[in-house]
Parts: sequence; structure tokens; C-alpha cells
Amino acid sequence: MSARFDQKISETLADPRLQLAIYTATGRLMSHRKAVVSEDALPEYQELRTQASAIKRHTIENLDWYLEEFERNVIAHGGHVHWCRTATDVADVVLGIAKQRGARLIVKSKSMTTEEVDLNERLSHHGLESVETDLGEYILQLMHQTPYHIVAPALHLTRQDVAKVFEDSLGVPHDIVIENQTLTARGVLREKFLNADIGISGANFLIADSGAVTIVENEGNARLSTSAPQVHIAIAGIEKLIPRAQDLATFLKLLARSATGQPLSVYTSFLSGPRKPGEVDGPTEFHVVLLDGGRTKLLADAEKRESLHCIRCGACLNHCPVYRKIGGHSFPWVYSGPIGAIITPQFHGLDSEPALPFASTLCGACAEVCPVKIDIPKILLELRAEVRDVEKQNADGQLERAAFRAFAYLAVRPKLWSRVLAFGRRLPVWPLGPAGAWFSERELPVPAARSFRELWKERQGR
Amino acid sequence: MNHREAILADVRRGLGRNGEPPPSPPAARIVRPQVPRAARVESMLQKVIALAGTAVHLRTGEEARRFVAALTGGQSAIASNALVLREYGITTLPGVRSGVTEEAELRGLCATASFGISSADYALSDTGSLVMLASPAEARLISLLPPVHIAVVPVDRLLSGLDELFTLLPLPAEQTSSMVFITGPSRTADIEQILVRGVHGPGEVHVVIVGE
Ligand code: SF4
Repeated sequence: MSARFDQKISETLADPRLQLAIYTATGRLMSHRKAVVSEDALPEYQELRTQASAIKRHTIENLDWYLEEFERNVIAHGGHVHWCRTATDVADVVLGIAKQRGARLIVKSKSMTTEEVDLNERLSHHGLESVETDLGEYILQLMHQTPYHIVAPALHLTRQDVAKVFEDSLGVPHDIVIENQTLTARGVLREKFLNADIGISGANFLIADSGAVTIVENEGNARLSTSAPQVHIAIAGIEKLIPRAQDLATFLKLLARSATGQPLSVYTSFLSGPRKPGEVDGPTEFHVVLLDGGRTKLLADAEKRESLHCIRCGACLNHCPVYRKIGGHSFPWVYSGPIGAIITPQFHGLDSEPALPFASTLCGACAEVCPVKIDIPKILLELRAEVRDVEKQNADGQLERAAFRAFAYLAVRPKLWSRVLAFGRRLPVWPLGPAGAWFSERELPVPAARSFRELWKERQGR
Repeated sequence: MNHREAILADVRRGLGRNGEPPPSPPAARIVRPQVPRAARVESMLQKVIALAGTAVHLRTGEEARRFVAALTGGQSAIASNALVLREYGITTLPGVRSGVTEEAELRGLCATASFGISSADYALSDTGSLVMLASPAEARLISLLPPVHIAVVPVDRLLSGLDELFTLLPLPAEQTSSMVFITGPSRTADIEQILVRGVHGPGEVHVVIVGE
């Protein structure tokens, strides 16, 4: 376990206020979800999960096809598609568009993908102001923090925390009334929406047959970000594809229910291009940025590929006994909880936090509530096996390093070198011991009967 | 090789595919329950009210006009260019601006008006949602910037739910660049899970269903 992981966990466990906040928030989300997926409320719930899982599997297994179909349809409706390998590429695309439009101010709606690439930081380096507009994300941006939860980003903060940061950053009087705090943010952000040159959003789904992005939210900030500015840029991982608009009849029934216990979120936007002729408002430019960012690597692993089926509902976090104790910030990356535990090592390598796949009781609650039926415990077990393999290799690796050190020692000591070689040449078989494995993949040259150095001496002596 | 080619090549290699068409996807799951009109109206009213909106069912356009007049009380309102609003005489109520076709003017009006009045292309009665397709008749900001949104919806636009909508509109992008479902007032629970309405969008939503 890394020292950081260990320390963050201890801090979280030792903070009773934080423990209570996590426990209450996740508990509430759990009971809200339960009420709307019950047999009475949604008799077809299990059927919908089976369907959603089958569609995600099909899409991911044929992803190249749906990516190309999506791209064709975005272009057909007058939009642009940008393909990005890395975080830097994403920032470059946004900077390029901003430069072209002479843009200075960007409004952003909540997007885990842009958290992944740390977009705000990158843009501000280039003199662009990029403002988070989801209330929770806005507060976190002012506090320079990352989301605590993929659906409830500011879950760990209190009204006192918010009063303080608003007082310090916005210069408003200290006010702990949540309604007033919300109004303050509304006022500040309203100005930003109306003056922004570019709106950036994430996407919950990319719809191949429509070239559309679907965004689900409650506040209206995503609608404003994608309606008020002249340019809309949607940034999404390549795994967000689903084949048809009609598939939303399945996914939308599951997403908000699993996330917040709502049958539908307040706003569901299905956006498929710039405004059409005659429309009075809406963006005149529509861009979709498709991010690889490690996903193609993960795709190649057939065993764990289903990690890419995730629709980021957050249910597995709420139901995870480990997340509920150690919270979101203990995790090494922006994705926390069970889904974070399976995708972080796959995106960033096992050594990003070798203890991560072990931070689970394997109770199976995550798989039970996952709307797309990802078998998270199975993937955790596979990752555990991989961590153990690497550890074993490292143990072998230590011998290898010892062998190379011995070689280096001999190579700079000619006398010792020739004595050892002379001894080696007299041996019928080399006792390789544990180094045998190392040599099993390598050709060992047969030692000559007499060395170059010996021959040289003989000639000179002649 | 550019990023597009490289990413697609990696995807294909990872999946062991050569770009051939995929097998057909599992059939879309569309189940259309037969819900009689009266039940749809009843459900729509109940759901909107449960979401802390208000909802009424009125018989005629004239009743709708009087209802909206009472709500706005002559205060500033921006109405969309939807045909039914004109038909019902809502666009000529005192304080109501309509027929705006210029973007800057529309933004200014939406940012200052006390009410935004629109119709809706459809409504989903099982969730209490309004379905707004952006068009020259329906601008986006009218249902978004003013603190109160009033939606006037002819009763025959009430659908049972998402499945019926996606049967009628299998490819929404062919008709509009923006389809939005509005399910109740704008809300947040980001601070201590306390529910607050009207964070960025309207804090009040009134749904007026019109017609027998
Ligand atoms: S893994 Fe499943 S439960 Fe967890 S966030 Fe993703 S979709 Fe939701």
C-alpha cells in the first residue's frame, strides 16, 4: 500500500464529521434508488438491466463501427468530430477552437471525462477562464478540490465550508443558509453563462445513429452551457457510444434511477448539431471530442473489457461498504469506489496503487446494483492476481539486478574478469541456478577454449 | 497516421476486428403500453405536482388564456412563437412579448422576464416530463432563463412515456438539433443533500394541459 493511500484512509476514518457526511449521503442515495427500482415501482427493472448490458456489450465489441457511424452523422448534421489520444490533445483541440473564435470565457458543465484530463488547469495556463457551473463543481473549483463522488461531487462539504469559500473567493457576507448560497452561485454564474464564448459539456451517451450527445442533469447548467454560448464542445470517452436513439428508452430509465432515485433527471438533453436555419438561439458551432486516454488499451483485454460498459451512475459507490468508510479522496484518481478500483489500475497501471484491487470486501453489492451488470468483483479478483504476478516478477527481478551488478563489477576489473572466465571455461556445465529462467529466453555464447586476451599475450610473447 | 486512424486501428486490433459490419444489435426494447387519454392526463397532473410543479387540465384555449393571465398578472413575460399560444390569445396578454426572431433581443428578454411561456411538442405522462424540440417556434432560452416556466400543452400531445416518444421519433436528429425533456423545476442537492429549487433553470414550472 502506498503511504498516500494509507494516510488518506486514516485521515478519513479519524474524521467523525466526514464519516457522518459520507454515510448519510450515500445512505440517502441508496434509499432513493431502492424506492424507484422496486418491483412495484418498476416491474421491468431486471429486464432493462439485461437489455442495457447486452447493448453495451454489443457496442463495445463493435466499437470501431459505431464510432465511425457516429462521426458520419455528426458531420451530416453540420458538426465536427475531433479524435484525441491524450489529455494534451483535448486541451489543444479546445485551445484551437478558442483561438479561432477569439474566445476568453468558457462555461463548463459537470463532466468526469474533463476531470480525467484536468482540462481547467490546462486551459487556464493559456489565459482562458474556464468556469465550472454545476453548483458542487463550482464550489470545488473555488476550493481547488477534485470531486468526492462521481454524481455528488461536493458530498464531503458542509454549509460552513461553502460559506467560508464564498466569503473568501467572492467577497460576499458569510452566510450559512443553503438557499442563499445557491442564489449567490446562481447570480455569479448567470453572468458567466450570458458572456461565455464557449460551452463545454460531457456526454452521458453518444448516439451513433443520430450523431447526438445525451446529457443528463438537474440544475440546468448543462442546458445553459450548451444553449447560450455560440460554440458547444462536448468531450466524451470513446466508450460512451450506444447504437440508436431508441436505446435511450432503456438507458434513461436506468440511469437517473440508479444515480439519484429519480425516474428521469430534471433535464435530459439530446443534442445533435448546431442550430438549424430559422432557430433563434442555440450554438452555431457543434464539436464532439472523442477521447481515447487509455481506453483502447483496456479494450484489448477481453477479460476486463466490460469495465468500459459503465454509465457512471455512482450506485456502486453508494452501496460499497469500503467507499462508505474511506470516502472519495482516498482513491488515487478522479474515479472512486468500486468502478474507480477497477478502472484506475487499467488506465494508469497496477503500480499506480497496488493496494487498490484489495480495497474491497468482495461482498458483491456493486455488481448487484450496477444497471449494466458489470461483474466488478470478478474484475477485482483478476486485478488482484495480476498484482501478485507483478510482485513475483519483481522478486525475480531482484535476482536479475543482482546478476547485472555482479557483471558490472567484474567488467571493470580485468584481472578478476579473466580469472572468473578461465574458471568458467573449465566447467563442463554452467550452474545457472535461479538465473536459468533468465537464460531460457536468451542464447548463451559457448566460451571459446582460449580468450582473446590469452591469444594476444601469446602473440606478443612470440 | 493521425489520431483518428490510430485510435480506430487500436480499437480494431484490440477487438480482433477488420472493420466488417457488426452482427445486428439486440432489438431496441420498446414497449408501448396502451394508456387511455384520461389516464394520461391524470398521471401527468399527478407527476408534475409530485415534482413540486403545478399542473391543470383546462377545456379550452380561452380558459388557458385566462389561467395564464392570472398567473402572470401583467408582469413581464416572453412567449415562444408556438402556434397554439397565438391561437389561444396568450401572446397578446398584457406584459407578454412574442414573435421575437432576433437572438440578441431574445436573450435580453429571457434574461429579464419574470415568466417564460412556451408550448411543448410532447409530454411524457408517466414521468411528468415536457418534450421540447428546438425550432423557429420554440427557442431554448424561454424555458431556461426566466425564473418561472409556463408550458401550455394541447392534450393530444400527451404520450404514455419514453417508449411512445421514440416510436414516434425514432430519429429525433432528423427534425431538430436539440430535444430536451424537462421533468419538474431546476434543482440541486449539492450542499449537504438539501434540496433547493431554481438553481440555474426555472424554480417554478406550471403545466397547462388544454383540450377535452
Ligand atoms: S460500474 Fe455500474 S454501478 Fe458503478 S458507476 Fe458504473 S454503471 Fe454505475
